[in-house]
Amino acid sequence: MGESDRLTKMAFTRTAGRLGLLSCHVCNRLTESAPEAHEGRCSRCGSHLRSRKPDSITRTWALLITGYLLFIPANLLPIMHTNSLFGVQSDTILSGVVYLWTSGSWYLAVIVFIASILIPSAKLVTLTVLVVSVQRCSTWDPLQRTNIYRVLESVGRWSMLDIFVVAMLVALVHLHTLTTIRAGAGAAAFGAVVVVTLLATMAFDPRLIWDPQRARHE
Amino acid sequence: MNKPLDEPDLADLPSAVAEGRRGWSFQFIWVVPIVAALIGGWLVVKGILERGPTITITFKTAEGLEAGKTKIKYKNVDVGEVKQVTLSDDHQRVVATAELVKEAEPYLVEDSRFWIVRPRVSGGQVSGLGTLFSGSFIGLDIGKSDNRRRQFTGLDTPPVFTTDVPGRQFVLVSDDLGSLGIGSPVYYRQVEVGSVVAYELNQDGKAVMLKVFINAPYDQFVTASTRFWNSSGIDVALDATGLKVATQSLASILIGGITFEAPPGSSPVPPVEENHTFALATSRSQAMKLPDALAIPAVMYFKDSLRGLSIGASVEFRGIVVGEVQSMHVEFDERQGEYRFPVGVTIYPARLATMAADGSHVVADPAARRARWDRLAEHGLRGQLRIGNLLTGQLYVAVDFFPDAPKEQIDWTRTPPVLPTVVGSMTEVQDTLSRLARRLEKVPLDQIGNDIRQSLQALNRTLDSANQLVKRLDTDIMPAARTTMEDLRKTLKAAERSIGSDAPIQQDLRETLREMSRTAQSLRALTDYLERHPESLLRGRKGNDK
Repeated sequence: MGESDRLTKMAFTRTAGRLGLLSCHVCNRLTESAPEAHEGRCSRCGSHLRSRKPDSITRTWALLITGYLLFIPANLLPIMHTNSLFGVQSDTILSGVVYLWTSGSWYLAVIVFIASILIPSAKLVTLTVLVVSVQRCSTWDPLQRTNIYRVLESVGRWSMLDIFVVAMLVALVHLHTLTTIRAGAGAAAFGAVVVVTLLATMAFDPRLIWDPQRARHE
Repeated sequence: MNKPLDEPDLADLPSAVAEGRRGWSFQFIWVVPIVAALIGGWLVVKGILERGPTITITFKTAEGLEAGKTKIKYKNVDVGEVKQVTLSDDHQRVVATAELVKEAEPYLVEDSRFWIVRPRVSGGQVSGLGTLFSGSFIGLDIGKSDNRRRQFTGLDTPPVFTTDVPGRQFVLVSDDLGSLGIGSPVYYRQVEVGSVVAYELNQDGKAVMLKVFINAPYDQFVTASTRFWNSSGIDVALDATGLKVATQSLASILIGGITFEAPPGSSPVPPVEENHTFALATSRSQAMKLPDALAIPAVMYFKDSLRGLSIGASVEFRGIVVGEVQSMHVEFDERQGEYRFPVGVTIYPARLATMAADGSHVVADPAARRARWDRLAEHGLRGQLRIGNLLTGQLYVAVDFFPDAPKEQIDWTRTPPVLPTVVGSMTEVQDTLSRLARRLEKVPLDQIGNDIRQSLQALNRTLDSANQLVKRLDTDIMPAARTTMEDLRKTLKAAERSIGSDAPIQQDLRETLREMSRTAQSLRALTDYLERHPESLLRGRKGNDK
């Protein structure tokens, strides 16, 4: 009950957007939005003024779709080619996890699995859920959704784990002549997935989560 | 609308610089997923396009096979990977399902061969040691057929020669395999030029077909006149000519081997086609025997013992081998009531004909040949057993002319015809010896011995008396003889002294002679004077007379 009270209170709180005020993203000058103009420029530094990130939903969608598309080759293509006395071996992320699991270091397998498969896919899915909720003007628990978004942002930087592993292995193992390791196409795809997901998270404007609230009360 | 309580004054806020609204513009952000989709789509298409054929290979055992790991290699280049290893429906074999690269499509023909490369030690050869580290892989040998296939039966052993090795294959027919096996080397002039690639029994199970592969360029030495023989192990032959030991090389002693050669003096013949069939002889001597197109079987009945005669012994005409012994039996002749020993021989008349000085050829017409043989038999052509080797007692059949042999005809009514024989030289010797022995038995040896003993005793006595005589001679006669000898020597010395040139007798004699010659001179002077002056006898000499 208290929660809904707080939300109604929040709905009546004056916001810059409601007062037609914009804050410049570059010099932080508070400006009144120009009437009947879609976009204005800051009177001080001349940069674009926006009350929300432009085309946030569209961009997020585009990047999300890219992420989904790249996620397939990232998991199917080998991320690592090992050339050794024992022949040539190509490993995808999943085969690496399986190998680690079967060779007994199951905790490593779990770490790699969580960091390389679970988290990237979870990020993509949660961001998709957020975007869909915003698009449908859902009013479902905006605070919770904002928290989720915050977690997404903070977790992003940990998803490059296996790229680091591959990079380190390539560098280390090249010292030996018997074995060489090359990064495969899967590694590029995987890196792209992580980058694209980061970009998608950045493109998403969390303020949009709260907009339907206001719209409903106005 | 309820107004907020403390509305700030916004009049002094700067207003944004208005900007004209742009028309609809393409949002470039969509390029990103489009590009990603294109890349992904291209990957998918490429994957589908590059997806090679899937094949199944059945093996006896899955030793070394690992799903998702075992590669299929052609000339050590990966052309595929085993995706699945299962048992066949009847649980007899292992089915490996493999996915090959697209380029491997043309390799999958009927006679392509697959085998598992594992470390192997066989026939003195070690192969596949590399797989100790890299794990086994499936080797592929591309066939030459045009018929595509997807199901293959894997070989249990790697093929000795892959189809891309230049060379040709020939078929050898042998009675048995001997110590040969797959991989046994083939030698030409002691050089290893190929090897046995396969062998199998004939349909009727009466011979072994060996497939040998001769590497190029040595395959051109295989001609229609080439002879192959099994040079495995040590060839020890004991026959009428003595002991023969022949070996090829230490390796072939251990793992067997085949040697081929053209017989010496054969005219050059063009090389034969692939898969030409040759007979595989058991030894060089057998291989080098002349190829006898015409072989006439015949039977000879010998009365002698056949001990020492062996199948394959030669039939010789004065040292020239004209045939060989094929069989030996025993027959009981009811009419004669005795055992006979028919010896089946094969005569190669070509060998006799080639010896003819006038270059006459074999008489091909049987009737004419019969006439010729009859004529020969009339001249005394007979078979005879002879000792070929006194040391081993090996016999051979000699065909020769015995003009004083009793007249006999060739029996053409029997098949094979029966050639007349004479008793063997050895038998004659044996007969003579036995006769001699019988005669010796009649000699009263005991009596002779007694006589001899008595004579010996008498002889002994005689010798004893002779001994005594000698002793007496030594003791009694010898001293007397010595004194006699000394006296004799003295006498001789005295005689020498008296007769010697400076002996007084001699001097006196000389003096006397001189005196006598002077006397004679004076006498001659006197007579001369007297002749001229006969009166002097009366008057005496005058003073001035000369």
